[in-house]
Amino acid sequence: MNLENPKKFAMLVEQAKQVADNFYRPISRKYDKAEHAYPKELDMLASLLDGMNEGSSEATGATSASKRPSSDGDTGVRNSGNLSAALGAMELCRGDVGLLLSIPRQGLGNAAIGAVANDEQLARFKGKWAAMAITEPSCGSDSAAIRTTAVKDGDDYILNGEKIYVTAGARAECVVVWATLDKSLGKAAIKSFVVEHGTPGMEITRLEHKLGIKASDTAAILFTNCRVPAANLLGSPEIDLKKGFAGVMETFDNTRPLVAAMAVGVAAASIERLKELLAGHIDANYGTLPLNASHAEATLYRLEAEWEAARLLTLKAAWMADNKRPNSKEASICKAKAGRVANEVTLKCVELAASLGYGEDELLEKWSRDSKILDIFEGTQQIQQLIIARRVLGKSSAELK
Amino acid sequence: MKIGKLQGVGIAALSRFAQSDLADQLKLRKPVEKILYRGSKAGFQLAGAAARAFGPAKSTSGKQRLPGTTSSGLFDLSLSDEQLMMRETLQRFASEALRPAAHDADHHVAFPAELRAQAMELGLAYYAVPEALGGIASESAIVTQMLAAEDLGHGDFSLASALLAPIGVANALTRWGTAAQQAQYLPAFAGEQPPVAAIAVNEAVVLFNPQQLATKAERVANGYVLNGEKSLVIAGASAELLLIAAELNGKPKVFIVTGGTPGLSFNEDQAMGLKAAETVKLRLDHVEVDDSALLGDGDFDYQEFLDLGYLAWCAIATGTAQAVLDYVVPYVNEREAFGEPISHRQGVAFIVADMAIEVDAMRIMTWRAAALAEAGKPFHREAYLARLLCAEKAMQIGTNGVQLLGGHGFTKEHPVERWYRDLRAVAIQHGGLHL
Repeated sequence: MNLENPKKFAMLVEQAKQVADNFYRPISRKYDKAEHAYPKELDMLASLLDGMNEGSSEATGATSASKRPSSDGDTGVRNSGNLSAALGAMELCRGDVGLLLSIPRQGLGNAAIGAVANDEQLARFKGKWAAMAITEPSCGSDSAAIRTTAVKDGDDYILNGEKIYVTAGARAECVVVWATLDKSLGKAAIKSFVVEHGTPGMEITRLEHKLGIKASDTAAILFTNCRVPAANLLGSPEIDLKKGFAGVMETFDNTRPLVAAMAVGVAAASIERLKELLAGHIDANYGTLPLNASHAEATLYRLEAEWEAARLLTLKAAWMADNKRPNSKEASICKAKAGRVANEVTLKCVELAASLGYGEDELLEKWSRDSKILDIFEGTQQIQQLIIARRVLGKSSAELK
Repeated sequence: MKIGKLQGVGIAALSRFAQSDLADQLKLRKPVEKILYRGSKAGFQLAGAAARAFGPAKSTSGKQRLPGTTSSGLFDLSLSDEQLMMRETLQRFASEALRPAAHDADHHVAFPAELRAQAMELGLAYYAVPEALGGIASESAIVTQMLAAEDLGHGDFSLASALLAPIGVANALTRWGTAAQQAQYLPAFAGEQPPVAAIAVNEAVVLFNPQQLATKAERVANGYVLNGEKSLVIAGASAELLLIAAELNGKPKVFIVTGGTPGLSFNEDQAMGLKAAETVKLRLDHVEVDDSALLGDGDFDYQEFLDLGYLAWCAIATGTAQAVLDYVVPYVNEREAFGEPISHRQGVAFIVADMAIEVDAMRIMTWRAAALAEAGKPFHREAYLARLLCAEKAMQIGTNGVQLLGGHGFTKEHPVERWYRDLRAVAIQHGGLHL
C-alpha cells in the first residue's frame, strides 16, 4: 500500500510546478485584471505540452483522462493517464486555474472527443482545441433537459439553440455541442457534435464578466440553422433507449477527478502562501496540539487536514480509473469534497491573512474568487451529493429527486 | 485469583444481581445501592495482588526490530491476499461476535470474558510479536493491524478498543523494547493466555498536553519512583502489564509496570463511552520500578509512540463511522413520512452523502499515514492531520447517525446512540493503543 505521489511522475509534477511558478504566477494578476485578453504566453506552453504528449508513452492532459482500454496488456497495478493528469492539474492550478483552462488544445471538448469519438473522428480532430457546450440559459444541472436541437437533413444535421458558459468558447477551434435528435425520446436522443468555428450559423454572442478565473474566456454561443456534417456526430447516431446518457456521461467519471484536482491545486496555493505569511506564528513541525494552539494555527491545520483528504480522495478516484475499477461514486466523492474544501480553504486563508489577504498585492483573494466555480461547474456540489446519495441508498433519479 | 479479577467478577455478579428480580424479591435493591455508592466513593481500590510472573528477562535472540516494508513506488491502494483473508475473518467476527455483544457490554460496563477467548483464537497478537519470540511478525505490519482495527471497529468501538489495547502494548515492546524487555514480556502475548495490558498516557487535566505530563518519574538508586494519576485507562483494573507515560527530568518517557506493583491503585473512571473497555483512573503512589522498566533502547521516540496510538484510534473510528453509515441507510430507506421513504428527501439524502464522503476521507487519511509508518518513513505530519480530521468527522457522523433516526436514535433500542458516545473519544485519546 502506498499513497505517496508515484515516483514515475515526479518529473512531470516538477515540470508542472515550474510552469506554475515561472509561467503562470508572473502573469496571474495581469490576466485577472485584463479579462478576455488572450494570454499569448500560453501558446508556447501549449507547444511544450504537445511535444510532451507526442514523445511520451504516458500522455498528459485532457485526452489522457479517457476510458479507452490501453494497448499494453500488463496485469499489475497501473499509474497512468488519469493519475498523471490529476497530478499535473493539481500542480498547474497551484499556479493559476484560469490559465490552465486556457491552454490551447486542453479543453473539455478534447476529453469528450477522446472518450466517445470513433477512430476516423479521432484522426480528423487531432490537434484541434475543443471546448464543450452543454449548459443553456434554462438548464445547467438538468443537462437531460437541453433544448438545442439537431435535425437530420441529408448528410448533415441542422443545429438550433443557445449555449452559455462555454469555457474557451471563443478561443478554441471547435466546440463539442450537446443537442437532442428528438426531444420526445429524452436522454437517449442527446448526442454531441463537433462544430468548428467559422461554420455559418454559429455566433459568439457574449463573453461573460466573472467573479473569478478571468483569464479563461467564457462564451455564449448561438446556433441558428447551423449546418454540421453528420460525420461530426461523435460516436453512434443510434438512439439506444436502454443505454441513455451513458456514453457521454462516462466522460464525467474521468473529468470529475480532474476538476477536483484543480480545486486541490488552488487550495494548495492558498495554504502554502498562508504558511509563509504566518511563519513565526505557527509550529511548522506540527508539534502543538490543536487544543493548545492559537486559533489561527489550529484553523490552518484543520484546513490542511481537509485539503489532504481532498487530495488523496482525488488521487484515489484517478487511480481507480487507471486500474479499470468502476469509479463513478468515487469521482463524485472527490469532486464534492475538493470543491467545498477548496472554497472553504481559499476563503479562510484570506480571512487569516487579514488585510494582506483581502488586498490585491497578494494573490490570496484572487484564489478565493477562482475557487468558487470549481464547486459549481462539472456538476455542482449538490448534484454530486445527489449522485453519491443515490448510489449509497440504491435510489433511482425517479425516487430521490 | 488477583483482586483485580475478583473485582471484575464481583462487579459482574453484582450487576447481574442488580438486574435480577431477586434484588426486588428480597427487598434488597435500595440497601445494596447505598452500599455500592458509598463503596465507590470510598476512593481508590488497591490494585490486584502480584500479577503473573513475566520473564525471565534473558534474551537468547537479541533485540528484535521489524523492518519497514518496501513498495514499488506506485500509488497503490490494493491489499494483499493475506490482508483480504484476514479482513474477511475479522469482519465476520465483528458482525457475529462483537456487534451482538456490544449493547449489553456497554450497559454492564463490562468486557465479556468469552469474547477475549474468542478473539485470542483470531491470533491478532501474533502479528505483534516477532518470530524469534513466538509470534509471526517478520516485517512491520502496521497497515495490516490498522485494517484489523477498522474491521473490529465496525463491530463495536469499545469492544475493539479493549481487544486492541493489549496488542498495542505488544507492538510497543516490539518497536521500542530492549532485548531484555522483549524477552521478558513478549512471549506471554504469543502464549496460551495473553496478558491483559494497557497503555496509560491520558491525565484528567484541561487542555491536556501529553508532552507535559503531571505524572512524574524520579531517578533513584537502581531505578525510578513514579507518582501521578492517569485517566481513562482501558481495563486498567485487570491489567497485568502497563506502559505508563511519566516525565523524567523534564522529558516524557514510558515505563513498564506490572499489575500489582505496590503503589498502584485504581478507581472507576466511567466515561461517556468506552464503557465496555472498563476504563479506570490509575493512581501511582510512590511506585518503585527498577532500571529495566524504562522502555526503550536509545531509539525510543515518544511522539511516534503517541502517533501510532492516534492512528489506531483513527482506524477504529473509521470502522465505527462506516458502521453508522451502514446502519442508517436501510433505516432511512424503510422509514416513511409524508407518503414515502425519508431517504427520498434531499435533506436526509445529503446527510447520507456527506457521511459517505467523510468516512472515505477518514479512511484515506488513516491509510496514508499507516502506509508511511509501515514503510519506515516519517509520518508525524500525516498522523497529526489524520487525527485532526478523524476527530471532527467521526463526531459529525456520530451525531448525524442519531439525527437520521430521530427519536428512535436517541434510545438504546438502536446502536447509534452508543456510537455517538464512543466516537467522541477519538478527539480525547492519547496513547491507549499502539499500531
